[in-house]
Amino acid sequence: MSNPMTMTNSPLGGQSFKGLAQITEAPLTGMITLRGDLSAGWMADAVKQATGALIPQQRMITSGTGASAAWMSPDELLLLVDYKAAEGITKGLNTATAGQFCTAANVSNARVLIDIKGQGARSVLGKLTPADLRPESLAPMEMRRSRIAQVPAAFWLAGEDHFRLIAFRSVAQYAFDILKSAAHPAAAV
Amino acid sequence: MSQRLATGGRLIDRSQPRSFTFNGKTLQGYAGDTLASALLGADQMLVGRSFKYHRPRGVVASGAEEPNALMNMGEGELFEPNQRATTTELFEGLIARSQNHWPSLDYDIGALNQLAAPFFSAGFYYKTFIHPRAAWKHLFEPFIRKSAGLGQAPKGADGDIYEHYYAHVDVLVIGGGIAGLRAAHAAASAGARVLVIEQSATWGGRAPVDDDFASEINALVAELAAMDDVQMRLRLMGAGVYDHGFVTGYERLRDHAPKPGAPRHRLWKIRAQQVVSCTGAIERPLSFAGNDRPGVMLASAMRDYVVNHAVAPGQRTVLVTNNDDGYRTVLCLLDHGLEVPLVIDARRNPEGTLAAKARARGVTIRDGYAAAGVRGTKRVTGIEICPIEGSGGAVDTVECDAVAMSGGWSPVVHFYSHCGGKLLWDEAGAFFYPDAAKPPLNQSGAGFVRCGGAANGALQGAEAAQCGGQAGAEAARALGLTAPVPSGPAPEPQAEAPLMPVWVMPLNADYHRRSHTWLDFQNDVKLSDVQLAAREGYESVEHTKRYTTLGMATDQGKLSNINGLAVLSDALDASIPQVGTTTFRPPYTPISLGSIAGEARGDTFQPLRRTPMHDWHEANGVHWEPVGHWRRPYAYPRSGETVEQAVHREVKNTREALGLLDASTLGKILVTGPDAGKFLDMLYTNMMSSLKPGRCRYGLMCNENGFLMDDGVVARLDENSFLVHTTSGGAEHIHAHMEDWLQCEWWDWQVHTVNLTEEYAQIAVVGPHARKLLEKLGGMDFSAENLPFMGWAEGQIGGFDTRVFRISFSGELSFEVAVPAAQGAAFWDRLVKEGADLGLMPYGTEALHILRAEKGFIMIGDETDGTVIPQDLGLHWAISKKKTDYLGKRAQERPHMTDPARWKLVGLETISGAVLPDGAYATAPGYNANDQRNTQGRVTSTYYSPTLERGIAMGLVLNGPDRMGEVLNFPGTNGQIYRARIVDPVFYDKEGAKQNV
Repeated sequence: MSNPMTMTNSPLGGQSFKGLAQITEAPLTGMITLRGDLSAGWMADAVKQATGALIPQQRMITSGTGASAAWMSPDELLLLVDYKAAEGITKGLNTATAGQFCTAANVSNARVLIDIKGQGARSVLGKLTPADLRPESLAPMEMRRSRIAQVPAAFWLAGEDHFRLIAFRSVAQYAFDILKSAAHPAAAV
Repeated sequence: MSQRLATGGRLIDRSQPRSFTFNGKTLQGYAGDTLASALLGADQMLVGRSFKYHRPRGVVASGAEEPNALMNMGEGELFEPNQRATTTELFEGLIARSQNHWPSLDYDIGALNQLAAPFFSAGFYYKTFIHPRAAWKHLFEPFIRKSAGLGQAPKGADGDIYEHYYAHVDVLVIGGGIAGLRAAHAAASAGARVLVIEQSATWGGRAPVDDDFASEINALVAELAAMDDVQMRLRLMGAGVYDHGFVTGYERLRDHAPKPGAPRHRLWKIRAQQVVSCTGAIERPLSFAGNDRPGVMLASAMRDYVVNHAVAPGQRTVLVTNNDDGYRTVLCLLDHGLEVPLVIDARRNPEGTLAAKARARGVTIRDGYAAAGVRGTKRVTGIEICPIEGSGGAVDTVECDAVAMSGGWSPVVHFYSHCGGKLLWDEAGAFFYPDAAKPPLNQSGAGFVRCGGAANGALQGAEAAQCGGQAGAEAARALGLTAPVPSGPAPEPQAEAPLMPVWVMPLNADYHRRSHTWLDFQNDVKLSDVQLAAREGYESVEHTKRYTTLGMATDQGKLSNINGLAVLSDALDASIPQVGTTTFRPPYTPISLGSIAGEARGDTFQPLRRTPMHDWHEANGVHWEPVGHWRRPYAYPRSGETVEQAVHREVKNTREALGLLDASTLGKILVTGPDAGKFLDMLYTNMMSSLKPGRCRYGLMCNENGFLMDDGVVARLDENSFLVHTTSGGAEHIHAHMEDWLQCEWWDWQVHTVNLTEEYAQIAVVGPHARKLLEKLGGMDFSAENLPFMGWAEGQIGGFDTRVFRISFSGELSFEVAVPAAQGAAFWDRLVKEGADLGLMPYGTEALHILRAEKGFIMIGDETDGTVIPQDLGLHWAISKKKTDYLGKRAQERPHMTDPARWKLVGLETISGAVLPDGAYATAPGYNANDQRNTQGRVTSTYYSPTLERGIAMGLVLNGPDRMGEVLNFPGTNGQIYRARIVDPVFYDKEGAKQNV
């Protein structure tokens, strides 16, 4: 299925704000929910085939070739792939796992991905999520499913002072707005 | 008079004057002043009027315990009442006004209440305003509400912003005095990650005033600041301790330096494994007549003002004490060149070191004496004395302009008590202190709060410091760390003579004096009030508190609690620990509501859910309707059109030409797996497993009690997968309902659910021209043969990736087109553009409701309310007879559910053509046991139908379907009785010809 990219809009139209941290909407990203037995060999093969990544350990994210696999629950992964390729990869996964109790669903459009970068990134996020963000509690590339203020969010430390955060599309503006006020230049913790 | 001393002042910077206004008068203080110290420095002793009797009041304390000096602060959108002058740091341009007086602080009409004081005794409101009953609502309550409260309520929205911050620490130390600093140091040295918070702007607590700890404090602060694992925060008050090591902290970021746009307060939400409360102690007032006069002050507060701010509350100060600590104030005042003409000590022959020092400096001590009364109204002019055993007949009067009172100290045990820690009574010191054997327990059943320093009852400086260090080390050990016994100077033995508990002064004070002796300054509760409560039979301290309002003001009885319950226990002839304390509840001092709200205000008060077409709606004159957190278009009024007119236009246009509906909020749940069909057969009342791929089926979902909870269309995608459409409001809870059954009951069924609600934008193309529009865009075959009613197909329309469902909720030819959410806005734009010449108009939820009501389609939440089963709605056709089970089946077989007398769905048509009022009941002859009219039905949905040009309604009526043509009476709330005929609920196109073309 070819995606007419000119007809696509990311939830926030690429909004960005610089304060205590740089808050930027990432371009549309392919996201695939994959449910099934994570310990099965066929699952490892399917994930490897789709992303080049290994099955992640509990709460971790593994990287493959331009794609990655994030642990979401004992029977669920979130595959992060190229946006345009997501529909094809989803179909490929469903084909590859045919006959198994396994579900792949394209959820690329149901989410917003926001980058929070800079020295203040941790404290900006710390104003909104009850999750423990201390380095000893949140390892790099560890997926944390929690909330920011009143909406669900999942986030991970993608690099030095760089968090990536996924929220639902319908509340993208809310998520951006609260991150923006948390990053108010005069509100350093 | 109170005045600024020529030299000194530990905390003030004389090179930085600060001007401020008080009741419009410009005054001056210095950087480092509190508002209270600046007012006293400017000889402003009268700072407010009391709550009930409007008595003149002055500053009595120097910290969070202050009951009197509450101010209306700021102006306009930054205005806030009841701000404590003693904890308000002075800044340039501060605007303060005193409270609770009219017309002015100096001349106050309400002060006449004092003359009526004998009538305002405990329980006054209960006793006085009970009869006549009707007068309460219309006369008494409005009047009391008008008079009640100290400050004014702000008129507009708060102009400041606030935020939260989540912190996770090993050890939280509340209080940055010498004990807290030692505790933090001990815990951090053992390897714990420590957060130490201090409510004021400086470290050290009162140690620098009372003891010589200055150099140690500086060294500790520097050392702690250099430690990586230690966070130190000033102006951050511990507010409350809760279960699971959760502690709230209240950080005042900008109260001392207002800055628009920057957060004013920050509420810390701290998860601490161990909490060490080093919150010090609060001095108690003594209960003598006139103890509330401006110029009567806590002895410790007096030396705070002298040492910290170089402000002398008086030139000639008399000390009234029952303990040795009060003499520290005497020595301090003498050291600063102030006069102390007399010490009134309740004890005989006080022989402590401090008393001896005072005596050596020539201070007259009247031992075994009491304060019998205070002279002066708006400020102290003298004090009367009498023997301690007396009833109050003064034997002498001494002129003075200030009175220091010292009634002993009460440890601040609040943070030990918030979460259930128990207290013990110390007879010698007459105070409650933490029972180390009964701490508040955490999730593992282990204690997680301990107290250090004065908060633990170690009142002497050196002893308090050592106790703090030990508490810190113990907290570290509780975490499994190795912590040595902290080093530090060993406490030198203190030669303080014992305190003499004095709860009434003089001990046999007559009624006149007891009724002029204040226990609770802020709520104006007198000694005689508590005694009266006891005489009237109040034995529980909690009941007495509520009856007299003792300790119920914004200071939560920080000064009055112990004195009050001691008076109560005395009146009840019980011991103090027997009577016990009232419950300590968070927050420690009032915190701003803004800080609790945090980011949840204005645009981010609640998350607003937006569909991909939200911006288009907004740009095209939408009238919004909140649907859960979503905003859905209710209608799109054009210029000159009312909302109602717009709705009617949209209905007609959809029936006659072409309508477009944003249906994106509809729940869309993917259900897959080998057992998916079996699962849906259990969830729905009808059969879903027999559905063929490519087809859709409408179904009803009931809960296990048989009540209808959701409805919608299921599309079978392939052998193993279904797409379940739920109502907009049902998306999340139906998904949760599915997971609940899968995880808890049918855990061995192979079914996955994925909530895809937000993955797709869904647009309903509705009306006679619907097919034409889609064909214009092209890409798929939309003919009835290829895509029949209740069929679906996947493909590209005009280059967009779509899944098209031929389903109808309007009775018209209708295609619901789902596209990836990212393409939603562009697809909608395209439809609007291409549909223009076909008469396309978007329509909102109200038109949707009318369209479905005209067709007699039920709406979850209108026809259902949690007590309605599908059978009530005549939906038997959607209930499978073949299935052995489905959720709700057994419940629907219970006698009450099969009772033929259950009200059933019918259509209702008013005789006059008017619209029935929503929710109206149909009356039946006679009255019930409560003398109410009997009823026989009610309206569930009611609209004006633009298609039929009359009111139409649906309702549940007793034996309704068997009573076609009967006319019922529906009394409205406007006094009018609406007469409506029972008809078939399908008002329009009964054959369904229009949707099936």
